[in-house]
Amino acid sequence: MTEPSNPSARKAQLAKRYRAERRFRAYGIAAISTAGLILFFLMGSILLSSLPAFTQHYVTLDIDITERHVDTQDLANSDWRALARNALRAQFPEVSGRKEKRALGKLLSIGSSDDVRDYVTANPSSLGTSIRLPLTLSDDIDLLLKGVIDRDLPENERVVSNQDLAWLDRLLDEDRISRQFATRIFTNGDSREPELAGLRGALVGSLWTLLVTLLASFPLGVMAAIYLEEIAPKNRLTQIIEVNINNLAAVPSIVFGLLGLAVFINFFGMPRSAPLVGGLVLALMTLPRIIIPTRAAFAAIPPSIREAAMGVGASRLQVIMHHVLPLAMPGILTGTIIGLAQAAGETAPLLMIGMMAFIVDLPTDVTAKATVLPAQIYMWANNPERAFMARTSAGIVVLLSLLLMVNATAIYFRKRFEKRW
Amino acid sequence: MSDNPQNKVKIEARDVQVFYGEAQALHGIDLDLNANEVTALIGPSGCGKSTFLRCINRMNDVIDGCRVAGTITIDGQDVYSPEIDVVELRARVGMVFQKPNPFPKSIYDNVAYGPRIHGLAQSREQLDHIVESSLKRAGLWAEVRDRLSASGTSLSGGQQQRLCIARAIAVSPDVVLMDEPCSALDPIATAVIEELMEELRKDYTIVIVTHSMQQAARISQRTAYFHLGNVVEHGATQQIFTNPKNQQTEAYISGKIG
Ligand SMILES: Nc1ncnc2c1ncn2[C@@H]1O[C@H](COP(=O)(O)OP(=O)(O)OP(=O)(O)O)[C@@H](O)[C@H]1O
Ligand SMILES: [Mg+2]
Repeated sequence: MTEPSNPSARKAQLAKRYRAERRFRAYGIAAISTAGLILFFLMGSILLSSLPAFTQHYVTLDIDITERHVDTQDLANSDWRALARNALRAQFPEVSGRKEKRALGKLLSIGSSDDVRDYVTANPSSLGTSIRLPLTLSDDIDLLLKGVIDRDLPENERVVSNQDLAWLDRLLDEDRISRQFATRIFTNGDSREPELAGLRGALVGSLWTLLVTLLASFPLGVMAAIYLEEIAPKNRLTQIIEVNINNLAAVPSIVFGLLGLAVFINFFGMPRSAPLVGGLVLALMTLPRIIIPTRAAFAAIPPSIREAAMGVGASRLQVIMHHVLPLAMPGILTGTIIGLAQAAGETAPLLMIGMMAFIVDLPTDVTAKATVLPAQIYMWANNPERAFMARTSAGIVVLLSLLLMVNATAIYFRKRFEKRW
Repeated sequence: MSDNPQNKVKIEARDVQVFYGEAQALHGIDLDLNANEVTALIGPSGCGKSTFLRCINRMNDVIDGCRVAGTITIDGQDVYSPEIDVVELRARVGMVFQKPNPFPKSIYDNVAYGPRIHGLAQSREQLDHIVESSLKRAGLWAEVRDRLSASGTSLSGGQQQRLCIARAIAVSPDVVLMDEPCSALDPIATAVIEELMEELRKDYTIVIVTHSMQQAARISQRTAYFHLGNVVEHGATQQIFTNPKNQQTEAYISGKIG
């Protein structure tokens, strides 16, 4: 394009160019702000709805451990529940009817018996005395106290009856209700009772599964990438392999689950619901996601470095081990960690191999029955109890924090090993 | 420094042809390179000087689609015979590349890498000594003695080139191939490298590609003029520069083409 010689026309053209540039910048800023705003509201709403799950209400009661319910020989099987219930009834001596007594007992979570048992087990000297202990309240009472359930609703529209409310108000007046951090969400396995359900089982299951995934996919992926990029001749065959690896990265993840079901469980007879199988299935899914960035990392290393090493008489293996691999390391680690992060958030393939299951016990090894974090979140979301809503959001928050930490590690590694040439 | 007829032939190239895929870069090169001499390869850009140099230590092997025909022997041994260990060959035939390519490692490690993988030093002191003397011979020691642990890539272009020269001579090769080693150097550093070549020639065979006619005239005993993948003229440097037999050679040297 020729510049107009006329000064005023030139000025107009310049102004037009500046305007276009400003407009372009404005579009960019608008796009970023929109994305940021959406993210902010998404995160904000999840975080907000998860908050109730991180606290729990307790009622402080005096408990007599002198009763016949405690079997000193067998603490684990003593009737702690009766102890907790009796302590509550002692507060309301006027309650007499069978039905009423039961309703009163329902204010307490069934986890309240664990509170008593744990205390007595930790302090055996308290046997035969009277102790003062905060006991877990049931999920509905807890929600009411948190204001999630509106107490001004007509009685038939809320889960908590007027009778319950009256008792609760008396306990409040006596200053027996307290709110504490809900440690159970991190220390317990899954449960049907929302106030007792925790993420620990799913967390441990996720860790076992990802360990298997890492051990299976990292060495295989890196070796495959080294072979394809550094050693294999570039011919028809390697081209076909390359195309197929790229295709593999685009295969819907549930297909890998079907494959795992058919091959690992039905053919090799590996156990269902086990981190071993889950990890292997996720490893299949992660392999192309490691191979592709690893190859890219190798390809990004200037050939002059390889020539320099060969020029002083380094063997092919030495060139790879001493020069190419260390330089490619940040790229390889970033790819691997991001691949693992994707695997950590995956549910669909695990559905097929039975890892979407109600499992209370912590998995002790890779063949034990286990579930994973995203599966746990999905199962909680499907529970009818209202308190599981907050639990679900809390699970999402924990999963997101985990992924955030993983990605931060990836950035750290990249910065740490990065070298320029 | 006239050519010395007693000097025996070290490298013998016979009908060397190189193809990059379909394109032929060298059309049958016949060339004898003598021991204890500096041979200068001159010629216009793209005429195949680098390609020929890379044939001698088989650096072309790693280029996809590159094919070499003909024979090259060093001390009577065919470089392309299957018995040859390429790794050992490249340790024996050192190379300084056209573009400086230091490792993204410390200056010390750059020079020490070759001696290390070939086990040339028995102790740390010995290795230190090799590094120091190599850097001294390349005329870089004074500039880097205080920062041997700095990255090789943090040096200037000319310093990097001298670092690459130090790296090449640290493994004490028989033959040193230099592809425009002075292209990024100032006159003082160039003089140091030219001195180095003169000194290395006592024990080694030197082949150098250069675009500087003065440099070729100053340091080489023999000169080969390449043109479009052929050796047009080859002979004693004095004869080529004072009395070229070929018209093309004369035109190139006097600056009429190229
Ligand atoms: N890796 C390669 N792939 C394909 N063709 C190549 C390759 N390297 C060199 N060639 C071709 O071979 C011919 C000779 O190249 P070469 O690098 O040997 O020239 P040169 O004489 O060293 O030139 P210069 O003085 O510019 O360095 C050129 O035509 C070039 O295009
Ligand atoms: Mg060249």
